[in-house]
Amino acid sequence: MMNFIDALFQYGFLQKALTTSIMVGIICGVIGCFIILRGMALMGDAISHAVLPGVALSYLLGINFFFGAVFTGILTALGIGFISQNSRIKNDVSIGIMFTAAFASGIILITFMKSSTDLYHILFGNVLAVRPSEMWSTLFIGILVLVCVYVFYKELLVSSFDPTMAAAYGLPTRVIHYFLMTLLTLVTVASLQTVGIILVVAMLITPASTAYLLTNRLWVMLYLSAGIGVLASILGLYFSYTYNLASGATIVLAATVLFVLAFVFSPKQGLMWRAIKSLRKRVMYSRIKLDRED
Amino acid sequence: MNIAISVKELYVSYFGNEALKNVSFTINEGNLVGIIGPNGAGKSTLLKALLNLISKDKGEVQILGKSIKEMRTKVAYVPQRSNIDWDFPITVIDTVILGTYPSLGIFKRPKKVDKAWAYECLEKVGIAELRNRQIGELSGGQQQRVFLARALAQKPEMYFLDEPFVGVDVTSEETIISILKELRDSGKTVVVVHHDLSKVTHYFNQLILLNKELIDYGAVEDVIKPEVLGKAYGNQFPSITATEVSV
Repeated sequence: MMNFIDALFQYGFLQKALTTSIMVGIICGVIGCFIILRGMALMGDAISHAVLPGVALSYLLGINFFFGAVFTGILTALGIGFISQNSRIKNDVSIGIMFTAAFASGIILITFMKSSTDLYHILFGNVLAVRPSEMWSTLFIGILVLVCVYVFYKELLVSSFDPTMAAAYGLPTRVIHYFLMTLLTLVTVASLQTVGIILVVAMLITPASTAYLLTNRLWVMLYLSAGIGVLASILGLYFSYTYNLASGATIVLAATVLFVLAFVFSPKQGLMWRAIKSLRKRVMYSRIKLDRED
Repeated sequence: MNIAISVKELYVSYFGNEALKNVSFTINEGNLVGIIGPNGAGKSTLLKALLNLISKDKGEVQILGKSIKEMRTKVAYVPQRSNIDWDFPITVIDTVILGTYPSLGIFKRPKKVDKAWAYECLEKVGIAELRNRQIGELSGGQQQRVFLARALAQKPEMYFLDEPFVGVDVTSEETIISILKELRDSGKTVVVVHHDLSKVTHYFNQLILLNKELIDYGAVEDVIKPEVLGKAYGNQFPSITATEVSV
């Protein structure tokens, strides 16, 4: 542990890695809450994969890859919506069709870049190689996403909980959906360096689900989820640095461990308390029976 | 008496399948109206078309003489219980506070007055003591009362309820209907989609009888006659004395 802290003061690359991972933990945690509450975990997975062709195109065109990523991310979201609304194809199937197509075209585009290490880093992330410019853009995206969620908290809450009421009083629920999809692509791009495209969905849904097991209030869930995301990022980075493990994978596994802890020990939803509570009842009833026999 | 809702030649279809055909009626303010009809008659569809939640092929709907788009915040909608995610991390009082959102606009947050008003609405439906529970911990009847409280919190001119008595205990049903009658008597308009014919005469003062087309609309006594009901339900129309109707 001390080695890690010493290294943190000593090495600029580690400081950048830590700052970036903390920001990614926060924004994935926050956006992830809305993703799981809207039943869009699969959609989160799809959009994160659909960012790949955009990133590749941006490299080829020499533009900032945020533009390309948002473009193909939203295009895929629109395509998924269009297919499921205009045919008997169900939403999950439509997601499967569109995101694999986007991902496949991304892989083909990347081969034009003639560098396999790039593909590897985009897919799996490499937080220890974060450049200053990337750290700043992650921070900028992070602040933008958080401000958006803060400003539109009310609208996100009501349209996630009761979309019919939201539409009935005049909220543009479809616009809100695509707005959230845009935030999701931004979050994915911001997480590219840390956990990579393939594993970003874990950072979106695992901390949020952990928080979901621990509270009955949305705003508490948002803070908890962000906090759990940060904790997972720090733990992951620590183990990744200390034992020389892949950073993205280590962060994701740290998040999974936290989820399992909540799953077992959560006061209301946890396996253990549920078992204890039902055991108590059984003991209570069996005592009543014994009393009668006496 | 002012006209609350006017519907002219309303047509709605789902991918070419007709759900509503040539429906026209006008409801005056201060009525408690039940929408009845067999399964698949388009009862919920009519409610959604009135609220402009689905697109119509033809026709005009006016709420208090204006288009629904101008009147959205004057109308409260209580959805079917089956459409709600009861595991959502939200408490009873926070659900009722949602009712204050339409009048707040986009950037304002609910303040103390809004929260106090939400509490008052919750008291009115008689479950204020459950305010800090998560909504999934409540019984079906209590859940329905929460959503009625949310509608009250909107302070609307008009209430639309979709099957509010499904899976609801007797006490809750009585509380809900007495509040709806109170609202009617204070001049509000209440429209309820309902499928159980047994108590319609006690609940509503007007009925809309629907089977894709408008079969009849008028005072309860006039609509509830066997020869009128027969036109909507066909030969298998249910007896009025039956407690639970399955068509």
